[in-house]
Amino acid sequence: MKNAVGTTGLILNEPLLWKIGKKGRSGFSLPRRDIDLSPLDSALEGQGPDFPDLSEVDVVRHYTRLSTWNFGVDTGMYPLGSCTMKYNPKTNERQASLPGLAQAHPLLPPQLAQGTLKIMYDLERYLAEVTGLPAVTLQPAAGAQGELTGMLIFYAFHKRKHQKRSKILIPDTAHGTNPASAALCGYKSIPVNSNKEGILDPETVAGQMDEDTAGIMITNPNTLGLFEDNIRQVAAIVHAKGGLVYADGANMNAVMGIVNMADLGVDVLHLNLHKTFSTPHGGGGPGSGPVCVTREIEPFLPVPRVIRHEDQYRLSDDRPESIGKIHAFYGNFGIQIRAYAYILSMGADLKKASQFAVLSANYIKERLKGVYHLPYDKPCMHECVFTDKHQQQYKVTTLDIAKRLIDYGFHPPTIYFPLVVQGAIMVEPTETEPKENLDQLVDALISIAAEAAEKPERLRKAPVNPKVRRLDETTAARKPCLAG
Amino acid sequence: MKEISELNFPDDLKYAGNHEWSKLDNDEVTIGICDYAQDQLGDVVFVELPQVGDTFDKGQEFGTVESVKAVSELFIPLSGEVTGVNENLEDTPELVNNEPYTGGWMIKIKPADVSEMDGLMMKDAYLDMLKG
Amino acid sequence: MRYLPHTDDDVAQMLATIGANSLEDLFASIPADCLRKDDLDLPGAMTEWELNKHMERLASEMAVCPEYLVFMGAGSYDHYIPEAVKQLLARSEFLTSYTPYQPEVSQGTLQAIYEYQTLTTRLLGLDVANASMYDGASGLAEALLMAVRVTRRKKIYISSLCHPLYRQVVRTYFEPTGYDIVELPYLKNGRTDLSQVTDLDACAGIAIQSPNFFGCIEDIESLAKKVHADPKTMLVVSFTEPLAYGLLKSPGSLGADIACGEGQSLGIPRSFGGPGLGMFAAKKAYLRNMPGRLVGQTKDLDGRRGFVLTLSTREQHIRREKATSNICSNQGLCATAAAMYMAALGGTGIRELACLNRDKSAYLKGALAHAGFDTPFSAPTFNEFVVRFPGDSPETYGRLISKKIVAGLPLVSYYPELKNHYLLCVTETMDREDMDLLVKEVTS
Repeated sequence: MKNAVGTTGLILNEPLLWKIGKKGRSGFSLPRRDIDLSPLDSALEGQGPDFPDLSEVDVVRHYTRLSTWNFGVDTGMYPLGSCTMKYNPKTNERQASLPGLAQAHPLLPPQLAQGTLKIMYDLERYLAEVTGLPAVTLQPAAGAQGELTGMLIFYAFHKRKHQKRSKILIPDTAHGTNPASAALCGYKSIPVNSNKEGILDPETVAGQMDEDTAGIMITNPNTLGLFEDNIRQVAAIVHAKGGLVYADGANMNAVMGIVNMADLGVDVLHLNLHKTFSTPHGGGGPGSGPVCVTREIEPFLPVPRVIRHEDQYRLSDDRPESIGKIHAFYGNFGIQIRAYAYILSMGADLKKASQFAVLSANYIKERLKGVYHLPYDKPCMHECVFTDKHQQQYKVTTLDIAKRLIDYGFHPPTIYFPLVVQGAIMVEPTETEPKENLDQLVDALISIAAEAAEKPERLRKAPVNPKVRRLDETTAARKPCLAG
Repeated sequence: MKEISELNFPDDLKYAGNHEWSKLDNDEVTIGICDYAQDQLGDVVFVELPQVGDTFDKGQEFGTVESVKAVSELFIPLSGEVTGVNENLEDTPELVNNEPYTGGWMIKIKPADVSEMDGLMMKDAYLDMLKG
Repeated sequence: MRYLPHTDDDVAQMLATIGANSLEDLFASIPADCLRKDDLDLPGAMTEWELNKHMERLASEMAVCPEYLVFMGAGSYDHYIPEAVKQLLARSEFLTSYTPYQPEVSQGTLQAIYEYQTLTTRLLGLDVANASMYDGASGLAEALLMAVRVTRRKKIYISSLCHPLYRQVVRTYFEPTGYDIVELPYLKNGRTDLSQVTDLDACAGIAIQSPNFFGCIEDIESLAKKVHADPKTMLVVSFTEPLAYGLLKSPGSLGADIACGEGQSLGIPRSFGGPGLGMFAAKKAYLRNMPGRLVGQTKDLDGRRGFVLTLSTREQHIRREKATSNICSNQGLCATAAAMYMAALGGTGIRELACLNRDKSAYLKGALAHAGFDTPFSAPTFNEFVVRFPGDSPETYGRLISKKIVAGLPLVSYYPELKNHYLLCVTETMDREDMDLLVKEVTS
């Protein structure tokens, strides 16, 4: 392939932190001492931790070099399915670092914290508008904690009715966190098989839903990138047996302004601000996982809630049915600011973002469907799932394809997920990638498919461009070395 | 993964449907997982085993075996009390891959009912099961 | 919109490839009764410059330094953050990458987290640290769930001097489990009272915090001895101010089995309470029961050192409902910030900075005592302490606010018996004149 973005370049080595520096150096401007020493009881004092002493230059070089070994959204296209690696606007970073917000103490009296409370209050309203679910908590620190919040709400909801249900329905296309979150609330996961179209059948759900089942956790669009066409019927079945419908909103980026989750019968939904609302993923966090619910469920939301009285905002703990607190303070407020700034920057164009995300995924699907096996050949939402079935004859796997894509200058898609598809390759381009980049990704994948037939060894040895080649995960797990 | 014909199944062992092997010596039964199971799992990185003195009923989970990206339960082929565990697996779990029938054994038990051995498969029956 | 690159021409070409007539057509397969009828009712899009003004206006409504003197800690601390740390953290290779699923193109994040884990074990004096939890509160809840898993006992004790908000989070996490949580009272000197623990052999773990919510340093060593009178029972040491361990003996060296707490002090802005950093470390024996992700060192095909996520069979995406936790991320960027901050301080710097915090706080405590105020708890403190303001203290507190001084946190809403008691914090960011001003205003 001509003009691939992937290439090799100047990569510098850098030792481990404690192998550099010298005792006596300092990278910190220690504040002036304007008071006397007041030593403690010497029995409490230790020698201080064994940290290396580095100069500011040592520190800056160290982390700058490390950073160059990473691939981020700003580096290039990052079509990691289910993760919505869209562009992270720079202005969001500025807003979050404004001193008035970044330095604010969480326990300030409300009259001294009107700015942050108003941001939280308005962000809740905006998220309610986008999802159609009127009551929102911003407290969960990540999607998985949002799920846990949702399951605690399920538990509290049934407890109010003096019921203790023991099971929860989880489709086979669900995220792996779903069963783990449910288990924390004592719910046994009952897998629900999707049909040959890749979505839920109401009859299957009806056969499994009973009065010992707390409800269902649905991802919609699901992890195959497909809209759950029968969701209203499924919700009705679950509600008829006294259960609740939880929606994993990880894939909300496909349907902003397109569907109203309350109309679909959803009772509780979590969002991932770091996916749909453009906040940076930070190498694995911090995220933010607000939970949106119906009015009926609102009394169970975590405390404190932000409330408005005339033009004044304050926090209220007065919610006797609340599940309690899930975060020491109000969740990852710094991330909430970024999502708030994003929504204010986008306005009604949020719908356009979803339309373009779906357009891009369908475009990639159409262009690649002869080249890679497409297990569900129907219109997709914001992501599409291929497999390595056509490449197996050359003894080339999904892993090899993914690793080779690195050499072409792309972050690989999500692989081997969802589990219902063997050798899955899940591509989510997002709306912020221009068509040229989509074409370049498609061309790279076509070129890799040709290599798989002609030079499969090249794929098995890939990647060759990054600082390191494939790593020995077996030894890492057999002989764990977790600290130096 | 290997073809079944490339795998090794000693004649003097009994095999269970969950791919554990058992071997009776005097009053003690040694248990491990067979060549097919270790091959399917790939590189074993950790084995979680019970303690001496624990008792299990036939078919109960007695431990887990982990590869890098999977966890599999181990099911006891016959009832009994654990009389020994292979402590070498703690530091060298790869024995399960390299020597599944010797150094990679997992537990020894004192069977509650030796006749349960008769319910397990001989090599040929087990191979028939694998070939489906 | 500047984040949406598709031109009309691009859209037309892509629709043609797909065989759709319009953008709406892309959603034609969704049943009509599922489609939203109304438009999104959101404020009109702001320009970058309008947004700047809007946000600055909101930020200006906040009481922060330098306009205000905020003597408030209570789990969220004001420390100087070197510009180098801020600038390095803003590098978009750290900021805009995700979970290092593909280690070949994530070595920056992986090595940074490995180094964070290492510095954390050294700070807390334990063998293994994970890549971090959401915050100190959920970290404590997870630590106690871990103690239940390890010991297979279903009762825990938690000191009433653990952060009150952390205790609330623990209760939320434990609510559906049916496990028993018992709170321990405090002694007159401001330390935890273990005398009510009469059934150690039924107890999974005992959680204390040091420095505790009153700022007092617990005698971890003697508590550990008592807890370990039963060899299975675990001592969990929580903290909100890790800088203290630049000076104090580490919890691990004094006998803690798990140390977990909030790492916000280490180079992370307060940001109205989050994001913070749930630091989490334990003895090696408990490694397989730890929640959260772990980075380990290994080699690549050519024998070069590299790092990967490891021992992931503990985690939700593999062990699903039997996982050690449902957490599937970490506070990656915050952990990286903490590592950068610890690196900038160094072993010498962290000790000096911790001493400065202790000394400044001691200065204010001494000055208030000298001015006749009661500091009721006699146990040694680090950078926070409790003081009782006489008379009508809410009025005094309000009067100080009008002078742009926030005189600590009123304790009465968390400890009803402590009317007129305030928790004050002094870090290196307070000058002597600031403290003198507080004393002057409060006595006037």
